[in-house]
Parts: sequence; C-alpha cells; structure tokens
Amino acid sequence: MNQEITVLMKDITKVFPGVIALQNVTFSVKQGEVKGLVGENGAGKSTLIKILTGAYTADSGEIYVFGQKIDNMNPILAEQLGISAVYQNLVLAEHLTVAENIMLGTFPTKWGLVDKPAMNKKAEEILSQIGYRGIIKPEERVGNLSTSQQGMVAIARALSRNAKIIIFDEPTAVLTDREVNELFRVIRWLRDSGRSVIYISHRLEEIFELCDTVTVLKDGAVAGEKTVSETNQDQLVAMMVGREVRHGIFDDTRKIGEEILRVENLSNKKLKNCSFALRSGEIVGIYGLVGSGRTELAKALFGVDPVESGEIFLNGKKVSLPNPRESIDSGINLIPEDRRREGIALKLSVKDNINLPVYPRITKAGFVNRDKEKEIAQTFVNILSIKTPSLTHRVENLSGGNQQKVVVAKGLASQSRIFIMDEPTNGIDVGAKEEIYQLINNIAREGSGVIFISSYMPELMAICDRILVMRDGRIVADVERKDFDEESILALAIKHETMVGGETGGK
Amino acid sequence: MESRIKFSLNTQVVVLIVAIAMWIFLGIISPYFFTTGNVQSVMRQMTIQGILGIAEVVVIITAGIDLSVGGVVAFVNIVMSKMVSTGSNIASTVLLVMALSALIGLANGVMVYNLRIPPFIATLGMMSVLRGATLLISNGSNIFGLPRSIADFSSTNTLGIPNLFWFLILAVVIVEIILRYTSFGRYVYALGSNIEAARLSGVNIRNVTYGVYILASTLCGLAGVLETSRLWMGVPTTGTGYELDAIAAAVLGGASLMGAEGTPLGAFIGALVMTTIYNGSVLLNINPFWTRIIVGVILVVTVAIDQLRKGRR
Repeated sequence: MNQEITVLMKDITKVFPGVIALQNVTFSVKQGEVKGLVGENGAGKSTLIKILTGAYTADSGEIYVFGQKIDNMNPILAEQLGISAVYQNLVLAEHLTVAENIMLGTFPTKWGLVDKPAMNKKAEEILSQIGYRGIIKPEERVGNLSTSQQGMVAIARALSRNAKIIIFDEPTAVLTDREVNELFRVIRWLRDSGRSVIYISHRLEEIFELCDTVTVLKDGAVAGEKTVSETNQDQLVAMMVGREVRHGIFDDTRKIGEEILRVENLSNKKLKNCSFALRSGEIVGIYGLVGSGRTELAKALFGVDPVESGEIFLNGKKVSLPNPRESIDSGINLIPEDRRREGIALKLSVKDNINLPVYPRITKAGFVNRDKEKEIAQTFVNILSIKTPSLTHRVENLSGGNQQKVVVAKGLASQSRIFIMDEPTNGIDVGAKEEIYQLINNIAREGSGVIFISSYMPELMAICDRILVMRDGRIVADVERKDFDEESILALAIKHETMVGGETGGK
Repeated sequence: MESRIKFSLNTQVVVLIVAIAMWIFLGIISPYFFTTGNVQSVMRQMTIQGILGIAEVVVIITAGIDLSVGGVVAFVNIVMSKMVSTGSNIASTVLLVMALSALIGLANGVMVYNLRIPPFIATLGMMSVLRGATLLISNGSNIFGLPRSIADFSSTNTLGIPNLFWFLILAVVIVEIILRYTSFGRYVYALGSNIEAARLSGVNIRNVTYGVYILASTLCGLAGVLETSRLWMGVPTTGTGYELDAIAAAVLGGASLMGAEGTPLGAFIGALVMTTIYNGSVLLNINPFWTRIIVGVILVVTVAIDQLRKGRR
C-alpha cells in the first residue's frame, strides 16, 4: 500500500529560554493512518503539535503539507490547509448551539442574515457522517452536552472545515470507558475515510488499540518510530527512558532521623487510599504523569483541598489540617506547582512576599514589627542568594529562578519542617536548577523532610532517597534508591496493570 | 513596599503637578483664589469626596470596587436626619448610623466572599437597595428640623481649618497607617496582587475581604454624617453619582482597578484636583456644565499618560 504523506515536519528545532524543547525532530503522517505520538511529560509532544498548528514558530526546520513547503505557518493558514486540533480542553462556545459551533465563522447567510435552517441542515449532515444524527441535535446548546458529546461537536467542526489532518491531544483523560470506545470508533472512521489522525496519549494501551504507527519522543528528540503491530509496551517504555542522570547531586551525608510525617489512607475526589511516611532529613520523590494525583496529594496534605477520609500524623500525633494557615503553623510548607498563579504576589515586594506567611508571628496588636520584617527578608535573601536590587523591589521584575527562590524563602521563613515542592524546577534555567537542588539538600541536611514532586524522573533519581510512584490517584509503588531504574518506574506510572499497594517496584 | 509607594507617588506626582499648575493659573487669574475664605471653602467641598475616595481606594486595592458609597451617604443622611429631627440624641445617633454602615459593609463582604458575587454586581445591588430604603424612610421628601448645632459644626473652623477637613485628614492618616503598618494592610495588597498565593500563604481571605468592605462602608458612614452637617437637612437624593467621583479620585491618585496599587494619600490628591476644578470654574464664571467635561478629560488623560509611562519601562 503506497499511501501519500500528508504532513512532513523535517528537522524541527525549537528553543525556549534555558530549554531546548525540540531538537531536529522529523515527524510525518500518511493518509489514512492513525499515528501515535508518545513520550513523557516535557518530551516535546505538545510543542511539536503547536508548531504544526502554527501556535508556535519553529526556530529551524521545514514543514510540508501535501508536499507543499509552508514557510510561515500560522493558525489560520493551518486551518485552511486542513489541519485541525481537537484539544483536551475543548474550545467551544458553550452558550451557542451545536450548529453554530460547528459552522462558526462559515455561517450560511441569506440577505446578510444567518440562514438558520440551512445552518442546522448542514450541521446535521456532518453529524450524521460520524453517526450522531438524532443523538446530538443541532439546536441544542453545547453547554448542555456531555464532555464526550462536546468532543464530537469539536470533531464535527473540524470536518465542516474540511479537515484532512486531525490531531487529538490526550482526548481520553476525562472520558469513561464507553465514551472512549465511542471516540475510537469515530477516529477509525476518520482514518477509513482517508484522513490522517495524530493521536497523543501517555496511555500506552490506547496506542496499541488504535494506532497504526507510533513515534516516541524523548527530551525533545525522536527516540524511535515503530509500526504498532511489530512492537510492545515494554519496548516503547524502554525507548522513552535512558536519559542521563546527573551524578554528584545526591547527598549521602544527610542524617535520616525519626518519622515526622505519616499519611494513612488519605482519600478524596482525586485520591484513593494514599499512605506513606516521611522521616527527618529525608528527600522523597513523587513521580507520576499529569493527572496521576500528585498535585492533588500535595494540596490535600497542605489543607487546600478537602480530605474525605484518612489520617495525617505529625511527629506521631494525629492532626487535622483544614486550611493552609493550620498547615503552616504545624510546620508544613507547600511550594506550589504554578509559581506565578499560586506562589507569589507579583506586584508586591520581595520583602512582603517572603513575610506573607509569617506576619502573624511578627505582628503585635495588628502592627507589623518592621525591623523584624526587614531582618527576616534580608536573612533569606542572603541565605538563598536571591538576586534583587533591594528588598523593596517588586517580585515581577525578578528572573524565574529568583522568583522561585522567593517562594522557597517563604517556606524557610515560616520555619517549616516539612517541605512539599511541586515541580520546583519548572521553567527555570539550568544554573538556577542546580541551586534549587543544593537548596533541597541543605534543607534536608538541617533536619527537615522534603517531598519532591516532579515529572522529570532524572532529577528525582539524582536527589531522592525514595520515589513514590502515583497513577490514577493511588500510590502504586515505593521505590528505594538502590532499586532506582527509569524504565521500571516509568512502567509503573504508565501501564494499566500495575502492582497495588506499597510494594517495591524494583522488580 | 517602598517600590510600591515610590511608584504610586510617581502617578501622584503627575496629578500633583496638574493641581499645582491649576493653582498657579487660578492664582494669577483670580485674586480671590488664594484668600482664606476660598481655601477653606475648597477644603469643605473636598472633604466628602476625599473620604469616599479613601473608602474606594481600599476596596480597589483588592481588585474590587464599591458602587454603594453614595448610597450609604444618602442612607445615613436620611436615617440621621429623621432620628435627630424627632428628638434623638445626636451622639448616640451618630454611633448608630456608623454601626449601620459597618453592617452594610459586612453585607457587601458576605456577598463578595461567601456568595461569590462579583463586587461590581454585589455593590450595585446594595446601592439600589439603599437608594430604595432611603426613599421609603423619607417618603421621598426632604427632612427638616435639625438643630442649629449640626449646621454650626460644619461651618466652624478649628485652628483656622474647617472642622470637616480635620476628619478628612484623620481618615487619610488612619487608613495610611492601617495599610502601611499593619499585617491587615499587607494582606489587602496581597489579596489584590494574587488571591490564590495569599490563600496558600495562610492569609484568611474571608476576614480580609470582610475587613476591607467594613472599613470602606464605615468611612462612607462618616462621610454621610458630615454630609448631614453640611446640608443641615435630610435630602434623599444626596450622594447621587458620588461613587463615580470616588472612583475618579482613587484612580487619579494612582489606584489600579487591577488591584494591588493605590494609596489613601493618592485618593486625597485626586479629590483635591477635582475640587480645584469645580472651584476654579465657579471663580472663572465658566458654565458649570463644562466642569464635568473637564474632569472627565483630565481623568482620562492622566491615566493615559501613566499607562504610556509604564509601557516605556
């Protein structure tokens, strides 16, 4: 079978400040094929797709669509070329009807007015192609539909624009099993009707169920390309790993002491019976893919999200942590995943940010002790060598790495003994990363315990004593340092059939 | 925090230069402008607007807005006039209306925090309710029969400065102290800059939100009491449009509707500029209809200059 290549991306390179997101990536899709695109978080899948749809511009490389070289790809041109993305977070206008969403921007008109009957009829025709005639009504408001039906509307919209290349980015994350089967039926129909489908997922079993070929990305480069019928899950996992682990970061001089935190059967909407313990001086990593519940575990521990059942013990004593204030006062600190949204107040000064959690301790009769305030800020600016012209400098004018240090300083200032760090090295450059690692070591050496959440396994393997692996809201494994192995940890996080409970995943 | 002050001073400096330019101009053109009588008159005129501007700035710093400030003034004016004209003790009446104002603020806070109503809508509703209540209580007509002492209070001076103006000075000083030196003040700015980060830093968002709206409404209650003294009667339609003047004063003084920027001192300067314009146009015999146009233009131009300056950083 000699199928035509519809999209060819050749030697694509994209550099973000401090990070090479993609390096000489070549990727292609044929007509009538479902192409899987897999890789760990941060491997470059989304960046590649955003370049294809024109949301980002590649620094170098060439894009060919139907053999024609496209020089300045942009979202409008991409759509005209028949490239259409159906994203995880659907971008539909919820207040408009199904037909209006499908035909948006290409309304049929009569004397300058929208011709509603014609619009509804056209929408109905498209919906019937994917087997949804009568199931989704054109006059229905999109906001009233289920998530999976909204996904179908998004597909119909792509079809109304005559899409030839359709991209699905993690479409099943929010769907039930039945809805997934339904989606797969439609995707197969798209393939059989001669379109090209790019399917991104980190659920490998879906790749084997749906895709014809699969491309594996690792650290922004192509790790390999396989025909699905000639490979298996273990082989793909092996291709996704093998990244270099920095040596010399691990600190074996730390004294690991008594247990300071124990969590038993913690459950809520996103968590299922999570249990683990943390000792003083210990650095415990939590690894899991996006949506595995790692951030939710951090938020439940810190009193941000409600806990439905389960118990938390601090230094052997049972505690309840209903809100962040209690957690801070009990010596727990969260360094949140999204620094700019949750970690710092950009318009406030370095001094005010560092002191924000500790004001109750330096306030008398409502008045802040301004000398103490300055002293605290100065102390941690010195300890963390935060590069700022003055204590009164606004945090928004600092670099990403220094902003992150301000977030860490808040935790240090509140004299925490348990640090939960959610992706602390996210979006900062290499030099600042090294500093953060040293900082984590220092914090642990002083006798605190650190929970280090990351989706970049090499950094966890470099610094942690143990790694907890999460999947679907559960802690599926607790891996000791001597058993660290990228491939087996990734397999634990990624595969459906995993061991349950606190077994060691070292195999 | 100095950077914040310095920055808002920059905005304020622009406005202050405008004010000084106007004073020089008016001083040259009208020999009457710098007389004691006129300066005192400006002070009296700007008191209500200044206090409301301070109330508004506190809310605006949290990225909120309070449209009920004028409504509170009218409500307090009518309730106080009705009570005093029917023989209630003045001091206890003042205490009562201040307490009522604080309650109105609490209601605003509950709507914004607990019911998650956007501040614009919550306080718009409150404004409408207060306006209606004011008309109901007064039956839509003015209330007379207040003792002479109430009017005397606003027309007398202490140390050469009108009594009313002393309250404005007091309001500026107290609210500046609260925002600058207390932990509550720090939280107010933190809330305006990043409410989620404030929450994760252990700040009690509920109490700060309540506090902000209560402080603002209590200041409006004070303005209502002073307004009653100035009018020497209850006027149900008083305070109409005051909310817009209050927002204008706050913004002229460097407050940003995006939150985390603004100071009471700035609102004071903003009110000063606007009062100077009103006063100047009277002195120059300008058709009073023009004054609102001038205020509008100055407001927009000042903010535009400020935006351009920020954009160039």
